This record gives sequence, C-alpha cells and structure tokens, in this order.
Amino acid sequence: MNAAAEFCLRLGDSDLVLSQRLGEWCGHGPVLEEDLALTNVALDLLGQARLWLTLAGDLEAEAGGQHRTEDDLAFLRDAGQFRNLLLVEQPNGDYAQTMTRQYLFDAWHLPLLNALAAGGPERIAAIAAKAQKEAAYHLRRSRDWVVRLGDGTPESHRRMQTALDGLWPFTGEMFAADAVDNAVVPLTDLQTPWREEVSATLAVATLEIPASAWMQKGGKQGVHSEKLGHLLAEMQFLQRAYPGAQW
Amino acid sequence: MVALPQVWEWLQEVSDPEIPAISVVDLGIVRDVRWVGPELEVTITPTYSGCPAIQVIAGDIASHLRAHGVQPVRLTTRLAPAWSTDWITERGREALRQSQITPPAPPGLTAIAPQVACPHCGSGDTECVSTFGSTPCKALYRCRACREPFDYFKPLA
Repeated sequence: MNAAAEFCLRLGDSDLVLSQRLGEWCGHGPVLEEDLALTNVALDLLGQARLWLTLAGDLEAEAGGQHRTEDDLAFLRDAGQFRNLLLVEQPNGDYAQTMTRQYLFDAWHLPLLNALAAGGPERIAAIAAKAQKEAAYHLRRSRDWVVRLGDGTPESHRRMQTALDGLWPFTGEMFAADAVDNAVVPLTDLQTPWREEVSATLAVATLEIPASAWMQKGGKQGVHSEKLGHLLAEMQFLQRAYPGAQW
Repeated sequence: MVALPQVWEWLQEVSDPEIPAISVVDLGIVRDVRWVGPELEVTITPTYSGCPAIQVIAGDIASHLRAHGVQPVRLTTRLAPAWSTDWITERGREALRQSQITPPAPPGLTAIAPQVACPHCGSGDTECVSTFGSTPCKALYRCRACREPFDYFKPLA
C-alpha cells in the first residue's frame, strides 16, 4: 500500500474504532442528552471513517493494488491489519475515561485536519475540510466536559485524574511520525500546539499532566492490545457469522 | 431536453427527509444541475459526513425527477467546498422558523456567539440544554421566558 493510502487508512481506522467505542454508550448514557451527544459524535466519526476508507481503497487501486471498498476494509480485516491509534481502542470505562479519551483525541484531530485541509493532497484536503468543522464542535464539547468534571466534585476530580494518568501514555503515538505520515503532513509540528491546548485546559480543570514520559506505540503499524480484538469481534460479528451477507 | 430552470423548480418540491418543511435546494444541498449528453447530472453535498439522510435525499431527487419524466438522472456527491449553513437560503430560514426550529445565524455572523431566539415567543433569554439534538445538524435549547424546549439549527461556517 502506498503512503497516501496507508495514511488514509490510519485516519479512517482511528475514526471507525472511536466511533464504535462511542456507539457502545448508546442506551447507556448517564442522561438522555449525553446519550444523544455521544452517538451523534460517533455518527460524525463514522461518516468521516467512510470517506477515509473509501479513499484509501481507491488510492490503493490506483497504485495497482486490489480495489477494496469501505466495507471490505471495515469488516474483512483482523486486528493486525488495523492502523488506528492505541488511544481510541481503550475501553470506555467510566464517563471520566470516555471524555478524557475524547478530549485528548479531539485536541489532536482538529489541528491535524486543519493542516491537511490547508496543505494536503487534493482529495485528502477535501475530506479534511469537511471533517474539520465537525471536529471543532467535538473539541468544544469534550473540552467543556474535562473542565466541568476535573474542576467538579472531589469524586469527579479523582476519576478524571485517574483517567488522565491511564490514558496519557497513549498520546505520544499521535505525534510519532514515520515515513507514511511524513509523506502527507508534518505530524511532529502539531505536538507543541497540542501540548499548549491540553496544558491550558488541564490547568483550568485543576488536573495534573502525568510526570512519566514513557509512551506506548504500535497501533499505526498494526500492533494492538487485545482490546481491539474484542471490539472487532462485536463490530464484525455479522460478516464473521455470515460471510458475504448483504444488509 | 428539459430546461435547467424548470429542473431547479422541480427540485424545490423535494423536501429534506428529517425536516420536511425545507426543500433540499433551500438547504443548500443541491450544488449543481447540468446535462451531460442525454443524462441529467445532479450534484449534491452532504450536510454532516455521517448524516444518514443523504442516501434518502439522493433517492428522493432521482425518483421525483423521474416522475416529471426526466431520465436518466445521475446523482453525484461532491465534498469540496464543504457544506455550510451560510448556504441555507432566506426562504429556507423562514421555513425552519415556521417549523419551530431556530435557523443558524446569518452568513458572516456565525463567528460571533449568536443570540439564539426562541421560535415560540421570540425571547432571546434561552439556554443550551444539549449540544446535540434529534439530528446531527441541531442542538437542543430551552427558552427561559416561555419555558418551551426547541431545536436550534447549529451554525456551520
């Protein structure tokens, strides 16, 4: 797979897996409004995933590879072929964990889409320009929740700090650029603005950035935790049970 | 071959499936209509990437035009430039208001935090209850004056 196709696959997989995670909240949200909001964010991300995966399949075919549709890519690959960030496959946990995961992702997602919309290859820029408007709305919402829960009750604060400590080691991968990333966008340039955004929000939320600098990585190369396998088993159940089934 | 202004007029009769009061033209979804040889090409753009209504809209447009005797019709989806609520026409805004949905702030004003007026009593004393409502394009609000809940069509510039 060429670099541009692989890059689209990474973004599409991250959107798809996070969408599936958020969808797990459907019917279980703490209040109706939050249930609606989480599933609406999931819907935006699913729409974006469809665009990225379709483009990944087209680019692969144009480079002489086999043509795979969005459905082929979503339902007919196993965990080792997924290229999503490790951050997004982390379980929902409690609401603190879900919103912290969302915020750390949104704070990366928006500037990345902005950079792609401004300077990416044409078809990639078109999807990014569409997605950036949705991502801006997501960031505004998840940032509000981080502040509200972090600077909330002692219990909500404790849960938020626990969530942040647990998820922080998965943030380094977002900026760990390799040849695929570098062929499309200068990913490492996004780290400083991300850090500034996150530091400012966490300060208002009275949360502390974990001291440990050690970072997990491997998701973008297909090395995942067992958690992704469980998520895919559910998401891909129908195609696994009835291969080739049409809806 | 049917003249294009006539086609646009027929497209005005195609409603948005989620908000039937507004036509797909006034919503800014139809971007272009042209004859390509013997085939009519209608180019549409999605509002939100994941909006499930887009497939229904494409089907509704094709069947409505066929009912007027236009065929073959080809539906094309275009992403760039990305849809904006600035493309909702004044007639569309009025149709939203009539359906008790507060339209998005007018073009040019979306960057400033807009005052969201209650579509029932007109009061500006309103609050956001949820950043998402019954569809991806709306947020849920409540009027502090008349106490009624309402949908606000979120500005997306």
